[in-house]
Amino acid sequence: MPTPPSPPRLAGFGLGLRREHYHDFLETRVPVDFVEVISENFMVDGGQPRHILRRVRERHPVVLHGVSMSIGSADGLRPDYLRRLKALVDEIEPLYVSDHLSWSRIGGFSSHDLLPLPYTREALDIVCANIDRAQEALGRAMLFENPSSYLGFDGADLHEWDFLAQMSRRTGCGLLLDVNNVYVSAANHGFDAHDFLDGIPFDRVRQIHLAGHSQGRDLLVDTHDSPVADGVWTLYEHAVARCGPVATMIERDADIPPLAELLAELDRARCLALAEAT
Amino acid sequence: MNLLALQHDFRNRLTAAAPPAASPASPGLAVYRNNYRVQLVGCLEQTFPCLRAFVGDDVFRQAAAAHVARHPPHAWTLDAYGERFGDTLAHLYPDNPDVHELAWIEWAMNTAFVAPDAAPLDPATLASVDWDRATLAFAPSLRLAPLATNAADIWSAQQEGRALPEAAMLSAPGGVLVWRRGFTVRLRVLDEATHDALAHARKHGRFDALCALLVAQLGEEAGPAQAGALLADWIGGDIVVAVTDGASSTLTIP
Repeated sequence: MPTPPSPPRLAGFGLGLRREHYHDFLETRVPVDFVEVISENFMVDGGQPRHILRRVRERHPVVLHGVSMSIGSADGLRPDYLRRLKALVDEIEPLYVSDHLSWSRIGGFSSHDLLPLPYTREALDIVCANIDRAQEALGRAMLFENPSSYLGFDGADLHEWDFLAQMSRRTGCGLLLDVNNVYVSAANHGFDAHDFLDGIPFDRVRQIHLAGHSQGRDLLVDTHDSPVADGVWTLYEHAVARCGPVATMIERDADIPPLAELLAELDRARCLALAEAT
Repeated sequence: MNLLALQHDFRNRLTAAAPPAASPASPGLAVYRNNYRVQLVGCLEQTFPCLRAFVGDDVFRQAAAAHVARHPPHAWTLDAYGERFGDTLAHLYPDNPDVHELAWIEWAMNTAFVAPDAAPLDPATLASVDWDRATLAFAPSLRLAPLATNAADIWSAQQEGRALPEAAMLSAPGGVLVWRRGFTVRLRVLDEATHDALAHARKHGRFDALCALLVAQLGEEAGPAQAGALLADWIGGDIVVAVTDGASSTLTIP
């Protein structure tokens, strides 16, 4: 299958659009280069959510970031999901359409969580076939994000970074590098986060996510409920040094602070990226 | 184990009532099992805030946990997870119609909020309609149910920040209507006759069917007059959003 054109590059800084900040984004001039929304929240038939997204889109480029495509499902993708996402893509004309390298659905069951994949050659074939189908349905290349994970599987053939590199090369998809997820997974699985960064093709990275995490009883957990941790900022410096200018955003999904706090955090990302560029 | 088998096995480990025996993967699996349950219970808490306030946190959490065990999620969106919560409540509390009706109201409000849009009907366009052939289109957001308790009062009290009233049966059965005007979801309590008339008109989609019902109930003079009054109210409230007769169309599409 021919690969779609690469997603465009954007060197900008954005935030997630969350309900708590709708008023700020609709009534004030928020200094961001793009906003990211959770696709599924707007894949609805009608009503206020879609209306708000249209209004925000008039002011900012929008990234559609999904959590339920389940690109790693061994029994394929849901046609109704793809139809709804395509309708949203056609209307919003997003900068990027992204989801996660994970699975959430099997048979009629949808966990609504980002479940881990075994990094095997069989899984790579399935993921690539699913990405081909999704990109064909949407008529564009997508980005896929490395998830945080809390367990591994025996019999893996590949490191996660090798899996991402081969997936991107075979399908033409871009990569959404979640630096917090690299940090969390490295801590949980005992690998060196720099090995991960050394292993991914930075020419395929189109967006970077930054977020906070929490210390669980045994493992780090990707909770998006706190500021970006110092260790993640350090890793981000390494990433932008390798990647060059790239769209960067802060994810915050719980204990959401006033917008000014997130903008200050975004300024830190902006300064670090600028320092690496000069 | 191939990926398909692995994913079915993982699903079983995720949804099993008791955690599996200790294994090297247990700490990680515990995180996924916890995330799964916390997310689903959190979804129900967000979808049914009034019900939660009415029955209390402990009862609500027990019901939510029972629902997670009985009904693993299937839909593409987490927002759909509350759809069958009413079934679980009916199973757990078969003698509490107040709880069932409150859950119905909150689920109806949630689904009406994101139902397809519909532009209001312009009454001026009705002048040329042949009423003997008129068909009625109702707002896609319309949800209608019988009402036997004061669940709507409980919901309203919670919306207005008032103390929630004690549950009570209505002195006479009625109905409850939920629909959206513009972007605002509305709730209206109906008497039984109006509920039945609206349910009948919606089922048949024709004005003459509504007239026939009301003529049978009220007679040749009062019946059509009441049908006209009801239709005017429904059009004015954006409950009926289109009237067509095959010849002159007043269908309004957003």
